[in-house]
Amino acid sequence: MSDAPVVMDERIKETSGLRKALIRPELGAIVGTIAVFAFFLAFAGDSGMFSAPGVLNWSTVSAQFVIIAVGACMLMIAGEFDLSVGSMIGFAGMSIAIISITLQWPVWIAILLTFVICVAIGALNGFIVVRTGLPSFIVTLAFLFILRGFTIFFPQVIERRTIIGGISDVAAGDWLAPVFGGKILNGLFVWLADLGVVEVFERGNRAGEPVVDGIPMLIIWAIGLVIVAHVVLTRTRFGNWVFAAGGDAQAARYVGVPVSRVKILMFMFTAFCACVFATCQVMEFGSAGADRGLLKEFEAIIAVVIGGALLTGGYGSVIGAALGALIFGVVQQGLFFAGVESSLFRVFLGVILLFAVILNTYIRRIITGER
Amino acid sequence: MSAFDHNPIVEMRGIEKHFGPVIALNGVSFDVRPGECHCLLGDNGAGKSTFIKTMSGVHKPTRGEILFEGKSLSFASPRAAMEAGIATVYQDLAMIPLMSVTRNFWMGREPVKRVGPLSFIDFKHANEVTMEEMRKMGINLRSPDQAVGTLSGGERQTVAIARAVHFGAKVLILDEPTSALGVRQTANVLSTIDKVRKTGIGIVFITHNVRHAMAVGDRFTVLNRGKTLGTAQRGQITPEELQDMMAGGQEMVELEGSLGGTV
Repeated sequence: MSDAPVVMDERIKETSGLRKALIRPELGAIVGTIAVFAFFLAFAGDSGMFSAPGVLNWSTVSAQFVIIAVGACMLMIAGEFDLSVGSMIGFAGMSIAIISITLQWPVWIAILLTFVICVAIGALNGFIVVRTGLPSFIVTLAFLFILRGFTIFFPQVIERRTIIGGISDVAAGDWLAPVFGGKILNGLFVWLADLGVVEVFERGNRAGEPVVDGIPMLIIWAIGLVIVAHVVLTRTRFGNWVFAAGGDAQAARYVGVPVSRVKILMFMFTAFCACVFATCQVMEFGSAGADRGLLKEFEAIIAVVIGGALLTGGYGSVIGAALGALIFGVVQQGLFFAGVESSLFRVFLGVILLFAVILNTYIRRIITGER
Repeated sequence: MSAFDHNPIVEMRGIEKHFGPVIALNGVSFDVRPGECHCLLGDNGAGKSTFIKTMSGVHKPTRGEILFEGKSLSFASPRAAMEAGIATVYQDLAMIPLMSVTRNFWMGREPVKRVGPLSFIDFKHANEVTMEEMRKMGINLRSPDQAVGTLSGGERQTVAIARAVHFGAKVLILDEPTSALGVRQTANVLSTIDKVRKTGIGIVFITHNVRHAMAVGDRFTVLNRGKTLGTAQRGQITPEELQDMMAGGQEMVELEGSLGGTV
């Protein structure tokens, strides 16, 4: 049976390499990234946006978006949403503050315990979704309110306030805190300043130090998460199962893919990412607030959709989601540098979301051959 | 026909399946031998789907015995049946349109190569095998990265069949593989069935189309209202007789008469 005649269908046109290259989830995000950079180079090029501190500024903001977008992206490809990400960020920050300030436990215990609690809540989210078969939209919407409620309730009852500060003081000298709040490559920037590549402060008590004194760990976390998630998704068996679970859960079960386990793990990963975000933020600000992380779940989902993932699951790209997050960060900070009213950022978000979804739908039709 | 010299791979004896008060199967006996295509015919609601789900480990029979290669056994799950060598290609295909042919082909059984403590999918090997298996079935893929969604219905069936064959199926259950296809694609799938049969795999071909069954079948079993109405060998039965058995006899004859014998 090895020499069966091969039939070519003469009605299928040869597709050009260009068109094939276009059919990839990241397309919209790549075009968007180029457009956004071109726009701000043209209109805010001399505003300091592309000086070392300027770059650090929008990179840091983008990195925050990237961290939660990576989690949301993996989960969306697995066919589910998590609307509780924003509340989880507030909850995680408050958990670190209460454990380290009120209970006066060491900061590293506070961080590790918070990760355990958050990932467990993520698992609970996932467990309820796969067990009841309810849409994750509803289950996680419930947790959006439950977690936010606790985030306001606990500090009020325990500390009689909704912002707990003083974490910088207790975190000083802790071994784990710098992994989230520290900076690395300080020596590199001192060296670059000596070479005159990076400017130095001319006055004040930091005179002579470089204006950028290192890369925040937040950015390192973002880059690390993108690389790990991208490799897992595209190169491993587990990644194939993530696509399969979101593409058609029943078909995946037929061939023995542990769909429920995959989905629960993705909920746990999303919670983990939210917790990384919260820990970095708490270490940076030195405080935890009950309103932290508001609307972050939607920003994460928008970044993922701009990155080319389908809301229905089974298709998407971590690189695309990261570029979507970069677009966010650059535009949000770029509008500030360009002196534009910052409320217009939301208008931009809405418009770009609409365009991204239309483009994605079009690409999906090409892939699946729907007319 | 050498098929009849062999013992059956799977033999189902007096299978009954009750869902609460509903008796879906009421004593069905069926077997399939290596290298034969055994057609299971029946009208909608005859119990075909319930029966193949019992055979593939989805349902446990209420009464009756399943013999696999002569030994009595009961499958705990579809996975267990699959590992024993009973592969099922469901009507809804179990293919994911947005994923590539290779990713679909290997789904759940991805080949990995280890790099230190990590293991990655061996895409080079996976792509080569996929292309090769599809070529054997007479389909030349443009690229193994091609999404399954770009394939025609017949080609998708072929991917599913090729996958089952590659992973060592001894029995291949095809659930209405031709029901949603056009004339040309149906012919392709039927010729694929013929190729697979010649490799010694036993095929259970479920259909309600007598002509499709006659085209490739070696034996024919008709299911009606949860019971087998008997098994006939090729050449012992005419398409008209099969059609009558499926539809339940006399009424259909009258109906057909009024339609000018075109059904």
